[in-house]
Amino acid sequence: MSNVPTNLCYAKSHEWLKVETDGTATVGISDYAQSSLGDITYVQLPKVGAVLKAGEVFGVVESVKAASDLYAPAAGTVIAINAALDGAPETLNTAPYEGGWMLKLTLSNPSETTTLLAAAAYEQLLG
Amino acid sequence: MSELHRTPLRDFHAAHGARLVDFAGWEMPVQYRSILEEHKAVRRAAGLFDVSHMGEVDVRGPEAGKFLNYLVTNDVAKLYPGRVLYSPMCYPSGGVVDDLLVTMRGPDDYFLCINAGNVPKDLAWIREQSSPFAVTITDRSDDYALLAVQGPRAAEIVQSLTGAKLGLVQYYHVTEGTVAGIHCVISRTGYTGEDGFELYHAAGDAVALAEAVLAAGAPRGLELAGLGARDSLRLEAGYPLYGHEITQDISPLTAGLGWTVKLDKGADFIGRDALVAEKKNGAVNKVVFFKTGDRRIVRAETPVLGANGAIVGRVLSGTLSPLLNESIGSALVTVAAASEALVVDIRGTKLNLHLVKPPFVELKKAPQ
Repeated sequence: MSNVPTNLCYAKSHEWLKVETDGTATVGISDYAQSSLGDITYVQLPKVGAVLKAGEVFGVVESVKAASDLYAPAAGTVIAINAALDGAPETLNTAPYEGGWMLKLTLSNPSETTTLLAAAAYEQLLG
Repeated sequence: MSELHRTPLRDFHAAHGARLVDFAGWEMPVQYRSILEEHKAVRRAAGLFDVSHMGEVDVRGPEAGKFLNYLVTNDVAKLYPGRVLYSPMCYPSGGVVDDLLVTMRGPDDYFLCINAGNVPKDLAWIREQSSPFAVTITDRSDDYALLAVQGPRAAEIVQSLTGAKLGLVQYYHVTEGTVAGIHCVISRTGYTGEDGFELYHAAGDAVALAEAVLAAGAPRGLELAGLGARDSLRLEAGYPLYGHEITQDISPLTAGLGWTVKLDKGADFIGRDALVAEKKNGAVNKVVFFKTGDRRIVRAETPVLGANGAIVGRVLSGTLSPLLNESIGSALVTVAAASEALVVDIRGTKLNLHLVKPPFVELKKAPQ
């Protein structure tokens, strides 16, 4: 069974988003996503300052098996990226919700995150 | 879609957490824990692979040796009982039908191990070619299960389960004996670049043998390893895989397997004329191996670009080398381009291909 923390919201494309207390948001990929991909070998992330639209491709995650696009779960400006993933992409396999975070965003429209799935709905999607 | 074939170990794999996938029509474990970790375990200690999907064929009769020497490019006449030979078998065009192991079990008694995905094609081809010869061809694929124990500690692990004197079994040789009380053809072969054994045994004994090897091996660092690690190990070793480096359209000479093509073995063989011509006139293309200095995997079918940006070939295999921590692969490129700077474009980033004479890492063992 995949781990689906209840304090996050999820996109159907398997990214998670966490709204922090200061109104910024952290983005990563779900436990289900990392497990489906298998050994993750490379992560390509945008530059700090990049402006993302909701649903836009913001990067690529590669495993031994395949390369997959990453989609922005909400619109925003990138204020930080997890540079540690460059040297240790396997962190995405071991800690997708902690050390494996990818981006921090200032959200363009914080109310937009309500269109994402809550944990229960995401779990249902996974079946 | 037709049902996938299952090896006798299918439920064993599932119980050990394998991710099962369709491989050449077989439901096979691609990984258990992690492809990269399983790969490293084989280089460091040992891995246990279920390769029961491979096909086995008996070739027997007074002209068995003569027939096989006509069928394959390597020299079967050099075999003696207990000796194993790696060889391609070719079409008259010089393209490859399959690559296989030929084991001489006794006079007029040989045993072939062929690729799972090619079993029906190979059997039809072998039977068709055998008609002028006094031989009997028997498909034994359903009778045998096959476990591969590979890695620097493989000999120690298998020896702990058998009275057979493994120290007397040289690389690319077989003996028969019991392992964990189960009758096996014990073959000191494998396709990982490590020392190791392939244990042919009755399909009904597979679970008991796998449990015994795992129990004896686990304290010595052995891990269950899937087809994902098998592929990255063989590529890191620089070994060809049928359908990638060798195909109906890529001859063994083009693939750099000249050492398996014995043009002067004193017997005609299928494909000889085409291979003599290829050697004399030079080939258009060649298979090269590369590393990139980057972690982005250069996947099969990626176009290879020459110095002026024109397409000069395509990638045949690509993966991340767990030992080198960079992406490695093979490509088919024009001979003219093989001495140029070669580049691939990965999602807008140009990566230079640094050509390497394989193996990519230092190996203990290579096919003979």
